[in-house]
Amino acid sequence: MAVRPWKTLTAPLISDNPITLQILGICSALAVTTSLDTALVMSAAVISVLALSGTSVSLIRNYLPRSIRLIVQITIIASLVIIVDLVLKAFVFEMSKRLSVFVGLIITNCIVLARAESFAMRNGVLASILDGIGNGIGYGLILVAVGAVREFFGKGSLLGTQLLMTASQGGGFEPLHLMLLPPSAFFLIGVIIWWIRSKKPDQVERPEYRIQEEPGGDG
Amino acid sequence: MPELSGLFLRSIFVENLALSFFLGMCTFLAVSRRVETAFGVGLAMIAVQTVTVPVNNLIYTWILAPGALAWAGLGEVDLSFLKLIAFIGVIAAMVQVLEMAVEFHVPRLHRALGIFLPLITVNCAILGGTLFMVERSYGFTQSVVYGFGTGVGWALAIVMLAAIRERLKYSDVPDGLKGLGITFIVVGIMSLAFMGFSGIG
Repeated sequence: MAVRPWKTLTAPLISDNPITLQILGICSALAVTTSLDTALVMSAAVISVLALSGTSVSLIRNYLPRSIRLIVQITIIASLVIIVDLVLKAFVFEMSKRLSVFVGLIITNCIVLARAESFAMRNGVLASILDGIGNGIGYGLILVAVGAVREFFGKGSLLGTQLLMTASQGGGFEPLHLMLLPPSAFFLIGVIIWWIRSKKPDQVERPEYRIQEEPGGDG
Repeated sequence: MPELSGLFLRSIFVENLALSFFLGMCTFLAVSRRVETAFGVGLAMIAVQTVTVPVNNLIYTWILAPGALAWAGLGEVDLSFLKLIAFIGVIAAMVQVLEMAVEFHVPRLHRALGIFLPLITVNCAILGGTLFMVERSYGFTQSVVYGFGTGVGWALAIVMLAAIRERLKYSDVPDGLKGLGITFIVVGIMSLAFMGFSGIG
């Protein structure tokens, strides 16, 4: 199979985005987007796990018996996540406290296993690294977009820097507290999906049930 | 007892794994098209969660936690860095054992659950429940209650979502929002409704 490196890297960014099209990795994505910095750190963690797991799985893909591949993949991913978790604890301890269990949850983030299983098992090392990085960035883009919107409208700041004076500080901006609550993440992702699909109509899902005008009815 | 029942209610409503921590979202969105299947996954989830959280609790308290190996004379050993790999192994093994037990003793239930049992291994709500249990240092009894409660909460949420989606397919949704998009919005509204429980202490 001919691998086009540039396409492997860029396809998952928007048109084949893991969150909005493949429905992967939503699990641990949404809870870390209350502010931009947690979203950035989480994206970096996922990108590195994806790239490294793609590398390792594609390195051993020819020696791996099919029957035990899932166990091996899970073990590789779990070890990588442990490393990432320890690195975060060592260098940005505050941040790793705020991410709490969600770093560990990268293991069960379907995106990692899905890319290992569907791409790294069938492609060379270089392509798998690119695929991992591409999917990681695609995932990160959504996370950062949602994180930026939630932090800006929820607290009037970005990366902890106050951009708008809130009403309680004497400014004119009333923070939208809904943005800091879980539901807003769902609404934002829904809207992002709507926006992407209105740009790319081929992604629109076929309805299971088509609404028909009732003959003779007045609507 | 009041603390335990409080914990139970809190894990179902206030800290619902699906709606306020976004855990198990992949399964949550993928198999919520029909109420029947959603109910099956929900049951499987309750069973697995009730077993794995207490088992992981025992493993963590007696083997992995710092100083936990004191009963074996290895008081200074700290194996807690192995917890992620140990938990995921326990979950995979538990799901496998549970599947065999159900198949042997209640074949009817096994047929009903079908492929959902193995699928649950990679459900983040299971690992999430375990990790929350460790982070909040629950005891054994608490972890049984917490496991059962979070399982029930997740099952409740997915059955509700499936019920809404079954009706939703008859409505006229804008093209770009069809399917996944509108499901996200619906889950958002459900999550908003569940926020109303947050007053229950």
